[in-house]
Amino acid sequence: MAGKGRGVAAFTFNIEALGITRGSMPETQQGPRALFPQAEFKPVPLKTGEDEDYMLALKQEIRGRMKGLPFNIKPHSAKRNVERYKEKYTRECNQIEDEEWTPDWNRLPVELMPQNKAIRKRSSKFPELEKRGEKSDDEKEEKTQKKEDDNEEEAVEGEEYDEEELEEENDYIESYFEDGDDFAAGSDDNMDEATY
Amino acid sequence: MTAQEVRLCALLLQEHFGEVVEKVGTHLLRSGALNLRALAHETRTSLDLVKKSLCVLVQHGMCTFGPGRRGPAGPLEYRVSCERILYMLRYPRYIYTAKSLYGDTGELVMEEILQRGQMTMSNTVRTVADRLTQNMEDGQSTDYNDVVTAFSRLVETHFLQRCPPVDTATSKKTVSEVPESPASTITQPSQPENYPDCYKLPQIHLTGRGKRRRSDEDGDVGARVAKKAKLEHTEACGDEGIYWQVNVERFHLHFRHQAIISAVASKLDQTSSEIVRTMLRMSEVTTPANAAYTQAVSANEIFRAVPPSYNISRPILDQYLTLLVDDPMEFVGKAGDSGGGMYVVNLHRALANLARATLESVVQERFGSRSARIFRLLLRKRHLEQKQVEDFAMIPAKEAKDMLYTLLSENLVQLQEIPKTPDHAPSRTFYLYTVNQLPTARLLLQNCYKAVGNLIDRRLFETKENKRHLEKSQRIEAILGSLQASGAEPAQLAEVEEMITAPERQQLEALRHHINKLDSSENQVDETIFLLESYIKSTSCSR
Repeated sequence: MAGKGRGVAAFTFNIEALGITRGSMPETQQGPRALFPQAEFKPVPLKTGEDEDYMLALKQEIRGRMKGLPFNIKPHSAKRNVERYKEKYTRECNQIEDEEWTPDWNRLPVELMPQNKAIRKRSSKFPELEKRGEKSDDEKEEKTQKKEDDNEEEAVEGEEYDEEELEEENDYIESYFEDGDDFAAGSDDNMDEATY
Repeated sequence: MTAQEVRLCALLLQEHFGEVVEKVGTHLLRSGALNLRALAHETRTSLDLVKKSLCVLVQHGMCTFGPGRRGPAGPLEYRVSCERILYMLRYPRYIYTAKSLYGDTGELVMEEILQRGQMTMSNTVRTVADRLTQNMEDGQSTDYNDVVTAFSRLVETHFLQRCPPVDTATSKKTVSEVPESPASTITQPSQPENYPDCYKLPQIHLTGRGKRRRSDEDGDVGARVAKKAKLEHTEACGDEGIYWQVNVERFHLHFRHQAIISAVASKLDQTSSEIVRTMLRMSEVTTPANAAYTQAVSANEIFRAVPPSYNISRPILDQYLTLLVDDPMEFVGKAGDSGGGMYVVNLHRALANLARATLESVVQERFGSRSARIFRLLLRKRHLEQKQVEDFAMIPAKEAKDMLYTLLSENLVQLQEIPKTPDHAPSRTFYLYTVNQLPTARLLLQNCYKAVGNLIDRRLFETKENKRHLEKSQRIEAILGSLQASGAEPAQLAEVEEMITAPERQQLEALRHHINKLDSSENQVDETIFLLESYIKSTSCSR
């Protein structure tokens, strides 16, 4: 066929049957499109009025207030070597906020409740586990994980206890807040096995 | 749920509950149901924080929990509802609606409950009365009873509802885990039956009297009670454990009705919109939430129910009704001839038509009116060949092709091939262009989510860029406030005010303007989101 390999005529059929003529082929695109292409049509202006203004004010007010409510959870900031003067006060502020909200634990699963003394009493029924909990090196933890397979409930209790001990010391749960890669790499597989 | 939805959810969570909740929530969204340990492990967040975040999410009704894949004995699993998180975008509108229906008290009740997820009635009443009193002049205070009235009206009209009781499976789990906490074992078995009467005010007698007594006692002290006193009161109210949440579905029904009414008003006129409003109000109670059309009402009944201030005589009403029935938007339909004609409001049809109008206007605003003409043509004629499009739209072939292909590449128009022979040879194939309304609406909805996400992103960026200025102005405002409180001289105040230079002031002004505009856009995009969402939902329950 004449003109083979020359764009338009390269098809095995008569493309004019589709309504495409020589002049109607789109221009070829060169390179990616601009990130912010020229908008051909300008957007219509926003609605204005009392309703809109009021809702705008409400929106901004909600945003401001939600920041101050106890539901806005602050992350534990990384511990610094030098304690800054300011931090003492921010911590106090945070504590006040935390106290403001005590959820109704009847409506929430018990496992979400922060650990307290009541649970410790219960866990003392498992003296073995308690001992294991106190020695919280990686090996021991692995054992606890294995134990979880056999009897899940007990293992969970043991672990919770273990974490509580750590928590009391420095407010972190070491097993989940480890910076070092070695721990994470080692325990990844273990965790998955144990939980699923 | 799509990537755009997850992105928007993350932004909303971050904005309202902080980054920890965002991390936990987003992870739950992405991975479906997870138990506590897996969640803590996978998000690499401390267990303590994960617990807190889950509490927050459950409190706000965004997260549910239940026995997981391992059955009731296994660990509890948590899942997050994307929909509920996205409703946060609509909070201003809920509050505004409550304000326009029930005044300032209703507004504050709604605001408090939305901000805290769920609250007991007594607690809400107290907080709202406090806030109202604080805004009043000295010596005045709000009676708790006023707030109780507003609250009960919100409940009667179903805008508020009781939180459903925690389901029994999980409570069993609770019992088996901690046998020594008697509170959980007692309250939960007594509650599940309560669910049918989720609009029943809890012992309103008890609460009402309790309130009255208290407002007599310390009415003049108003609501500025010390925290300790508050705690004591909490125990006396007798509605502990009965939590209330906002019934978003009811609000959505209200919004839908408003949309229909205002559409009728702009299409026809005020009077006909008033007739439709009357019809909707009459059938509000009897029509189930997801019905395709309202209960039929006769023209006689409508005539009696139309507010007399409109002075519509019977023959005029009949004419209006005929007009409404004949209107191509089909908001009102005729269901029968008895009683002077039975009429219904076609709720789903109306939504579909409104959604179609939205699609058309989007095409018009983005691609121009001639593209919109092609789009409308395809919507009406269903399937058309390219040649037919050019002819019917009366647009020169070259331009029509260009527009059609642009629409096609934006996925607003679809192409359907119908081969005459099994070999799909292009010369023996019909190429039919068509518009599918539902998928296009879905596409547009995703675009809307993306737009809101972009708006929030932009706002965060603007705030970040001007962080220094904002902090400075806040500091200076604080100084000004304290100076004013201590009775400083005007010269001194002016001096402090000078600390923000003119260009800085200008910049702050510009920033405020931008942020207002972005926030307003968020609110207004949400209106489109609402319309499209309800349309998509209506198609899934009517078919």
